[in-house]
Amino acid sequence: MKPTLAVFKLASCDGCQLTLLDCEDELLTLAGEVEISHFLEASSSVAGGPYDLTLVEGSVTTAGDAERIRAIRAASRHLVTIGACATAGGIQALRNFADVDAYRRVVYAHPEYIDTLATSTPVSAHVDVDFELRGCPIDKRQLIEVLTAFLAGRKPNVPNHSVCFECKRRGTVCVTVAHGTPCLGPVTRAGCGALCPAYRRGCFGCFGPSGSVNLPALVPVLRRDGLDEGDVQRFLHTFNATAFDEELSP
Amino acid sequence: MSVTAAPALLDRDGLNALVSALVAQGRTVIGPTVRDGAIVLAELDSADALPFGWGVELDAGRYRLVRREDGAAFAHSAGPQSWKNFLHPARERLWSAERTPEGDVSFTPQEPAVPSYAFLGVRPCDLRAIAIQGRVLTGGRHADGGYAGRRERALIVAVECTEPGAACFCVSTGGGPAVDPGYDLALTEVDGRFLVRVGSDEGAALLEQVPHRGAGPDVEESARAAVDSARERMGRALPPVDLRALMGASLTAERWDDVAARCLTCGNCTMVCPTCFCTTTEEVTDLTGDHTERWQRWDSCFDLDFSYLHGGPVRSSPRSRYRQWLTHKLGTWHDQFGTSGCVGCGRCIAWCPAGIDITEEVAALDTERAARGTETD
Ligand code: SF4
Ligand code: SF4
Ligand code: SF4
Repeated sequence: MKPTLAVFKLASCDGCQLTLLDCEDELLTLAGEVEISHFLEASSSVAGGPYDLTLVEGSVTTAGDAERIRAIRAASRHLVTIGACATAGGIQALRNFADVDAYRRVVYAHPEYIDTLATSTPVSAHVDVDFELRGCPIDKRQLIEVLTAFLAGRKPNVPNHSVCFECKRRGTVCVTVAHGTPCLGPVTRAGCGALCPAYRRGCFGCFGPSGSVNLPALVPVLRRDGLDEGDVQRFLHTFNATAFDEELSP
Repeated sequence: MSVTAAPALLDRDGLNALVSALVAQGRTVIGPTVRDGAIVLAELDSADALPFGWGVELDAGRYRLVRREDGAAFAHSAGPQSWKNFLHPARERLWSAERTPEGDVSFTPQEPAVPSYAFLGVRPCDLRAIAIQGRVLTGGRHADGGYAGRRERALIVAVECTEPGAACFCVSTGGGPAVDPGYDLALTEVDGRFLVRVGSDEGAALLEQVPHRGAGPDVEESARAAVDSARERMGRALPPVDLRALMGASLTAERWDDVAARCLTCGNCTMVCPTCFCTTTEEVTDLTGDHTERWQRWDSCFDLDFSYLHGGPVRSSPRSRYRQWLTHKLGTWHDQFGTSGCVGCGRCIAWCPAGIDITEEVAALDTERAARGTETD
């Protein structure tokens, strides 16, 4: 019997699940190794649990989400969260620093229709998670590595170190040192292959804090490179706002 | 061996001919060239790609290209890469294995890629760094065969240092801007021409293929004066104390907390350092589990996983990781390999995004030790 795979989503943009469909060269092989039981983005034919491996995208933003994730966990032998939403609350976690009622009144013609929690939280705040794969969106090679590791029964080889390692390995000139460009690379987890610095942009922090992060030490560096206090906050408040915030005041 | 031959003189055409001769030998010529706002090391197809007229302005955490009036090709320091990027590449496959449908497993060792490099523009500090790293990677019982092959086949055209940068401190590590043996040819740039000294038979044979003339005492004198003046213009210095003893006496220093508050633990210093050699291996399997590969890749003592033993990393605090870097470079390297691990190239100072300066940290440790000494007196 092949192991069964399920993919679920909570509050998210679908980009991370799409990464699975993007694995064009590996999809057929994957379909040979696992039984895809539930993956609505790919097929409307679904089978019930329990599932051997469940990938969950998205954060918990409603009471309904909170209930669903408990049911998903109960139906899953292994639960892996994928992407910044599921692992850190995502960009919608900016509400955690704001007044949700004020947002609701400004954005919706009928605010009374909107039933939402005051916060967007990662899946791990609600249920036990076996592995968190970060990124906004996640990286295709890392996703395949997580699936491969699951099939082989080993720990995924997903690094803890910073994006700087990837820049240096691919020979990208440091945009902070050589151009004075503000960059979150030194505090961000590697995984994307250091994409932005290769195009002379600073890292945006899509993969969230690295495993050995010292974010307070980066603030003076960002200030040196021209960001004021508000800029620094905006720079950190994107896809992984809550995760970076926790690192700022550990 | 014609190493005692009188120095020769190349003009710019001669330098071009030198690169052409190396290319004609089938070598991959690597040298400095301008890319992305820095002087990087990359494959050159002609000497025209050298950074004529470019210099650098350096500070801790800062590197900027600047124009030079004199058109010099080799008047720059502390680039973002070193020759280790070629001799000890960031990623290398070691072996692969296949599982047959019957369940048998067969292993195939990777034949290491052994390009025939010619390195053009190896500064004296970097030549020392190559020797130090070579001792580490080929000296012990478990020599790195890929490294050994690449080093063995590489031809080195060194360039003496006539323009130290603001991050340079080779003199205080016991080196200097004059080249030590270990090169095939050594150049000294003097007013747009290049004094050439021969360091090996291979270098002598190469020089024979290139139009050149005798240098004469005046050029030799100017070259010596330029190198002597470089010795006096080091941007930085390590304190003139026994650094190995200082490191040994500083394991519980408070300064480590101070630097740990500033250190991003990003690992850049170790990756730009021309002597840092650490690697890890990773297994890459495919979805079917029938094919697997083992890759070696650069690692660093700033990586949490670097000291991961059962259950957790041994060096989890930034303090312990910065201390590992500094005490290894300047202290325990002596115990392991008989020399210091630092040649004073200044890369770790310039390319640290946070601008942490090894010379400043060592000076602070020295001051702290002195203060401790007074207290106990
Ligand atoms: S420790 Fe710094 S100055 Fe010394 S060799 Fe390494 S990079 Fe160069
Ligand atoms: S300083 Fe760190 S990365 Fe460099 S050789 Fe020593 S242990 Fe390895
Ligand atoms: S000393 Fe600088 S380059 Fe090295 S890990 Fe710390 S912040 Fe990064």
